Amino acid sequence: MSSAEKVQAHLQPQTPSFAMLRTLGGVAMLSGLLVVLAFQFTKPIIEENKRIAIEKAVSHVIPGVVSKKDFLLSAEGLFPADGDKTAKGEKIYAAYGANGELKGIALEAAATGYQDVIRILYGYNQDCQCVTGIKILKMAETPGLGDKIAFDPDFLKNFEALDARLNGQKSGLENAIVTVKHGSKREQWQIDSISGATISSKAIGRMINESGQRMFPLIIKHLDALRIGQKG
Amino acid sequence: MSKKQKKVVEIRTSRHLKKAISVEQIMRNVVYALLPVCAWSVYQFGISALALILVTTLTCILTESLFCRLSGRPNSVGDYSVVITALLLALTLPPGFPLWMAVVAGFIAIGLGKSLFGGLGFNVMNPALVGRAFVQAAFPVAITTWTPGFVTGRFVEFIPSTLAIPFMSPANTDVWVRQHALDGFTGATPLALQKFEHVTVSTVDLLTGTVAGSVGETSALLIFVCGLYLAFRKMMDWRIPAAIFFGVAVISWPLYLMNSAIYPSPLFMLFSGGLMLGAMFMATDMVVSPMTTRGVLLYGLVIGVLTVLIRLFGGLTEGVMYAILVANALSPLIASVTQPRIYGEQKQEAES
Amino acid sequence: MSALPNQQETVTLDTFMRGLWEENPVFVMLLGLCPVLAVTNSTMNAIAMGLATLFVLVASSTLVSLLRKMIPKQVRIATYIIIIATFVTIVDYVIQAISLDLYNALGAFIQLIVVNCVILGRAEAYASKQKVGAAIVNAVGMGVGFTIALLCLGTVRELLGAGTILGFQIFSNNFEPWVVMILPPGGFFVLGAWLLLFEYLKQRKEQKLLAAEGATANGS
Repeated sequence: MSSAEKVQAHLQPQTPSFAMLRTLGGVAMLSGLLVVLAFQFTKPIIEENKRIAIEKAVSHVIPGVVSKKDFLLSAEGLFPADGDKTAKGEKIYAAYGANGELKGIALEAAATGYQDVIRILYGYNQDCQCVTGIKILKMAETPGLGDKIAFDPDFLKNFEALDARLNGQKSGLENAIVTVKHGSKREQWQIDSISGATISSKAIGRMINESGQRMFPLIIKHLDALRIGQKG
Repeated sequence: MSKKQKKVVEIRTSRHLKKAISVEQIMRNVVYALLPVCAWSVYQFGISALALILVTTLTCILTESLFCRLSGRPNSVGDYSVVITALLLALTLPPGFPLWMAVVAGFIAIGLGKSLFGGLGFNVMNPALVGRAFVQAAFPVAITTWTPGFVTGRFVEFIPSTLAIPFMSPANTDVWVRQHALDGFTGATPLALQKFEHVTVSTVDLLTGTVAGSVGETSALLIFVCGLYLAFRKMMDWRIPAAIFFGVAVISWPLYLMNSAIYPSPLFMLFSGGLMLGAMFMATDMVVSPMTTRGVLLYGLVIGVLTVLIRLFGGLTEGVMYAILVANALSPLIASVTQPRIYGEQKQEAES
Repeated sequence: MSALPNQQETVTLDTFMRGLWEENPVFVMLLGLCPVLAVTNSTMNAIAMGLATLFVLVASSTLVSLLRKMIPKQVRIATYIIIIATFVTIVDYVIQAISLDLYNALGAFIQLIVVNCVILGRAEAYASKQKVGAAIVNAVGMGVGFTIALLCLGTVRELLGAGTILGFQIFSNNFEPWVVMILPPGGFFVLGAWLLLFEYLKQRKEQKLLAAEGATANGS
């Protein structure tokens, strides 16, 4: 743009429409260019970050993980997540040890807590048929009370070997996973709630139970496919 | 008020009255009325309650002095209102409340609740409740940890959580409670029992105060009698508590009739928790309540209805504090909509 | 607040310092309080938010100042908003690339920098009238002032609300956190306390000045 034009646009009491269009259009194009550049530049880093975050979460809930493979699991069957695009199902992460043996399955679950939806990743071990750990992915619980579900050691101990055996027909859990009042845990399938954070604790129990009733029978059904997943 | 300030020419509208009741006189009488309640609470909870009352009083007086000094106003500790705030604050805290938290509560009550607004007469909300609301939000666990009363050795031994080191968590009282408690003490207030387990404590227990609860809110009967003293001396507007009781009854009665298994009786509602203390001593705070007859009734009704709603349908077990704070905030509005018509003035036509 | 000059300003130290103290966007002008109250529950969040705002402020001020002669008056606000939104989007991506945890902690407030009135205010009241150099220096001053204010709140809130600063434990393990400090009301309390302190200091300084003047006047 020449400086003469600039001066003209500046001096004229009535700005011509084309000057406005020119400025807005120019700025918008510049803006688009900058945003696209930033997006292109950061995209691989962000995806890498997300991958690391999920891997960290998986290794947190299943001890001894070396590699993992993503699957989609539903009543229709088990599909590799990166394969058939038309396959539908809940995303699960099969975790393998150093020799390719299946260490456990990580699943996502969600339920409404005190403030907002709590989303967790939890590990399931097919051999002991139990939950081996949880990790909070997203929550908005009250700091100091509800957010203890993420780090309170006594509460997290509940999930080191939470009983999730299947019933005789392999259609659901033998004992529903429930959250009980603080200090009244008697059975291995019960979760001892945090005193003062009952609603948040109950949400965790509810979401694991709901997800487990639905997913664990399917996992057991497709166990062989999952075991050979890494080698195959 | 300093002595110098008192020597102003007094202009009174009612010449036939021999002597006007001064602010100081009223406040002193409120303190007298509160003393039996304090005494009962010390008898019930022992030296922990005594220490709590002393600590809040000392903190409040010091805070008031400090702020008066900083703002260059004459020291207003002498008008007793700060003592009332301190006593009321102490009475609403749990008996084993750590003393350092009580200091925080006292500082906030006077500093934030009163001095920053300009001292007595300018505060928008009841200072004691401002202090309590702050510690309720800051230390939610400590303020809901109840310990039993009438423990043997309560006059020689502190409740372990009382003497927590400043800024540190109080000691866990579970073990202590198990050792000292009479059978069946669950650490839950009657309101919590009612809300979560639908167990209703007998009205006699509520009246005499042999239940878990804050330092001074356990004996509804004693508080009621002390409040009556003030009402008879015309130092408290009896219409406010009356309207609150009416508001509570009017909303809890139909609920009780609908489903008495879940909803408690109006009597239980009236005598449990901090309602009696709140209605008699806090809602009647002259600074923060409206003055017109209709205004006072509306104000009381708002408190009563809100209390029941929070207790039955809210996340908390006790709602008196928030109900009063909300009504305090509403009180200028209530006052403005209930202005009486000036005698002889024409009703204003709708203009504009 | 001093009236902003309409003519070109020479760049002095004051151009920079004004944002820090005399016209501090938070403590004096009380602008952009939404992020100030919302994301200062920890020191780390406060720093990240402050730096993000600083970047957007400087970048958008620069561009606005560069383009100031080309922007017709009628569409200036729209143009400023597009420019600001561009840089906010870039910051949004960059923070995601740096740390996902931080990104989750700051939540929607990164995107909301767009509507932070400190930035639009600078563009409208200063950058659109000044040369690039002055605009940049002033924007840096304002941005640093904003960051310092966030830091003031963040440190106090984290210290009382969690007993830590930048994640390092200050008190012993037994520390009882003041839950309210981490919650939104804590932001109001702490901001109020800081304002009180600054106002008190300012008034005292003025009184001292007055007293000194009075003394000299009497003496002469």
